[in-house]
Amino acid sequence: MQNSTQQSSVGVLEQFEYDNKIVKAFLIASVVYGVIGMLVGLTLAIQLFLPEANFENPHTTFGRLRPLHTNAVIFAFVGNAMFAGIYHSSPRLLKTAIFSKTLSWIHFWGWQLIILAAAITLPLGLSTSKEYAELEWPIDIAIAVIWVIFAINFFATVARRRERHMYVAIWFYIGTIVTVALLHIVNSLALPVTLTKSYSMYAGVQDALVQWWYGHNAVAFFLTTPYLGLMYYYLPKAANRPVFSYKLSIIHFWSLIFIYIWAGPHHLLYTSLPDWAQSLGTVFSVMLIAPSWGGMLNGLLTLRGAWDKVREDNVLKFFVVAVTAYGMATFEGPMLSLKNVSAIAHYTDWIIAHVHIGALGWNGFMIFGILYYLVPRMWKTEIYSKSLVSFHFWIGTLGIIFYALPLYWASLTQSLMWKEFTADGFLAYPNFLETVTKIVPLYMMRAVGGTMYLTGVFIMIYNLVKTAAQGTFVSTEYSQAPALQRNVNIIGGGWHTLLERKPFIFTGLAIVAVAIGGIVEFVPTALIKSNVPTIASVKPYTPLELTGRDIYIREGCVGCHSQMIRPFRDETERYGEYSKAGEFVYDRPFLWGSKRTGPDLHRVGGKYPDSWHFNHMLDPTSMSPGSIMPSYPWLIDDNTDYSDLPKKIKVMRQLGVPYEEGFENEAIADAEKQAAQIAKSLGKDKIKTSKDKEIIALIAYLQRLGTDIKQK
Amino acid sequence: MFKHYFEQIEGISIYPVFSLLVFFFFFVGLGFYVFSLDKKKREHLENLPLED
Repeated sequence: MQNSTQQSSVGVLEQFEYDNKIVKAFLIASVVYGVIGMLVGLTLAIQLFLPEANFENPHTTFGRLRPLHTNAVIFAFVGNAMFAGIYHSSPRLLKTAIFSKTLSWIHFWGWQLIILAAAITLPLGLSTSKEYAELEWPIDIAIAVIWVIFAINFFATVARRRERHMYVAIWFYIGTIVTVALLHIVNSLALPVTLTKSYSMYAGVQDALVQWWYGHNAVAFFLTTPYLGLMYYYLPKAANRPVFSYKLSIIHFWSLIFIYIWAGPHHLLYTSLPDWAQSLGTVFSVMLIAPSWGGMLNGLLTLRGAWDKVREDNVLKFFVVAVTAYGMATFEGPMLSLKNVSAIAHYTDWIIAHVHIGALGWNGFMIFGILYYLVPRMWKTEIYSKSLVSFHFWIGTLGIIFYALPLYWASLTQSLMWKEFTADGFLAYPNFLETVTKIVPLYMMRAVGGTMYLTGVFIMIYNLVKTAAQGTFVSTEYSQAPALQRNVNIIGGGWHTLLERKPFIFTGLAIVAVAIGGIVEFVPTALIKSNVPTIASVKPYTPLELTGRDIYIREGCVGCHSQMIRPFRDETERYGEYSKAGEFVYDRPFLWGSKRTGPDLHRVGGKYPDSWHFNHMLDPTSMSPGSIMPSYPWLIDDNTDYSDLPKKIKVMRQLGVPYEEGFENEAIADAEKQAAQIAKSLGKDKIKTSKDKEIIALIAYLQRLGTDIKQK
Repeated sequence: MFKHYFEQIEGISIYPVFSLLVFFFFFVGLGFYVFSLDKKKREHLENLPLED
């Protein structure tokens, strides 16, 4: 180091510029999409106690809007702010301009187009139904292309740096870029049927494992690692003092990325996933508390001896609540990964509360803090109103509490009701709906919390617009630093020093660290047959059932209904035989779900007559008074589209489903024959309908669910 | 139970041992590096965000 400083000091000072325009663009996009994402979220929260708030329109029903909400918040609100922070902090840490402005703008507009495509396709019901990866394959390819452009721009910037050593924030950005690419590509592998429909490369248990390896690590590497990088840059900057322990930050980075990637199976505890994979998920999740809290403490302790500043400085207030929320969520995560806690919390609103502590508290408050830090500086002025910032801080913080507490309460209430037995050994609440109506008031309170949080965002927007209006935007800032001397022989410093100077070796090691966990968990599940014991009586779906299944996917039924009965007495009592791995071998994608706003449907087949389903889909309250499920009148009006059916059968065969050669040519006739039988059965119950309606295909699918093993 | 699934891969027993060793030595090395980090260099690194 000593040598390199001396060498550098003799170098000629070079001038370079920091581009603020791209930062501004990403910040505006983040705020705009943040408002949209949160408004959609609020609409969903209201629909849970007022189903009519879907305007009786297929495009705005809960099942279709839920993925729009999650995608908008994760990829548009949090994603755009992440890019803004990276494009702002990296050039300053690396003492160089961003490699290419053109690539920056391709990245910006490409990403916005992807979000726009999501905002159009998801309400149309074009969805793979895999959580946080719902977008169909052409959009997935676009995401991969734009991400690679971002990576090229970033790594070329790193390569042209004038600061020999990479600050820890840059490592977190590198970890994010390579891992998100890996996760996105592996989880999105699918065989296209048409431009808007594809079937997953994986089936059942394997699909579940890959999906939650992705889903969990999307949280880790899209919502966490980039924001830890931002924390390591903006928190010291706002506090005007270095991070508490740089040594701790080194250990934080490596242990976090090493351990995080293994923890995915904790989303699948007590499911049909092999036990050993569940255990791995639990063990690594519990270990995760160490690096997570190491990072949290490193952030909070940066303020040691300067806590008086937090009282005065609004930016620090937001950062402190953000880091505290991170600490809470990363304590809660490992606890929820214990099998006995998961037994109670899984499928309930606890998980919704947990993710919102992360999204509203950690990501949201980090973003607000960064906005309040950057906007006055980029517009060379002071914040318009300090008291409005303070008001935003309080209404936002209270909003998070009012959002989360009712959901924790709802979760425990409902879960204990599900599990309660009478003295005679019967379920105390055999009707699932009873456990829902009980918690509806809590859903109302949650919507109040969400409204408070969103109010704060509107106040922030007003304040920031006023701030920008009173200042002058500085589109380019200039700085200077000596060029890096090439081939400088540095004596001493050790192997990690070498790594920090060699970003590409560093990146390679980071890829190895994150790849191991995924490979160890996935390869045995995919290759070794005994992990998914086959069941002879489990047969592929008929063409009509397959069509019905795709309608189920289109309507997003998986957002509220699981298809995975856990081996607990209360669940087998309520739903029937627990779910076996071998029952899902033809499920592409798997539809196990992660939340039970309505009951599990894995054994719904044969439970009710066809007419029950018909009436229930037309008006759920006619069969279940008080139900909060929306009605689906368009399924009764619309004709089934069979045009892609032969192609679907063919693609499924290519994926290994044993449909006979040539069966695709008979598929439509086969579907119509089965549909006629269902229409006839409905006719017996005095329901007149054509066999060509979508409801018929959906009933065929629902009546098939979970029935294969009964035929033994 | 765990072993049963892996018995079918040849020479599988070496994998976990190897993984554990890699994991162990990486973090021992990292710990060693961190505690022997030169003070001047550390101060340079941690002050990077504060230079503008």
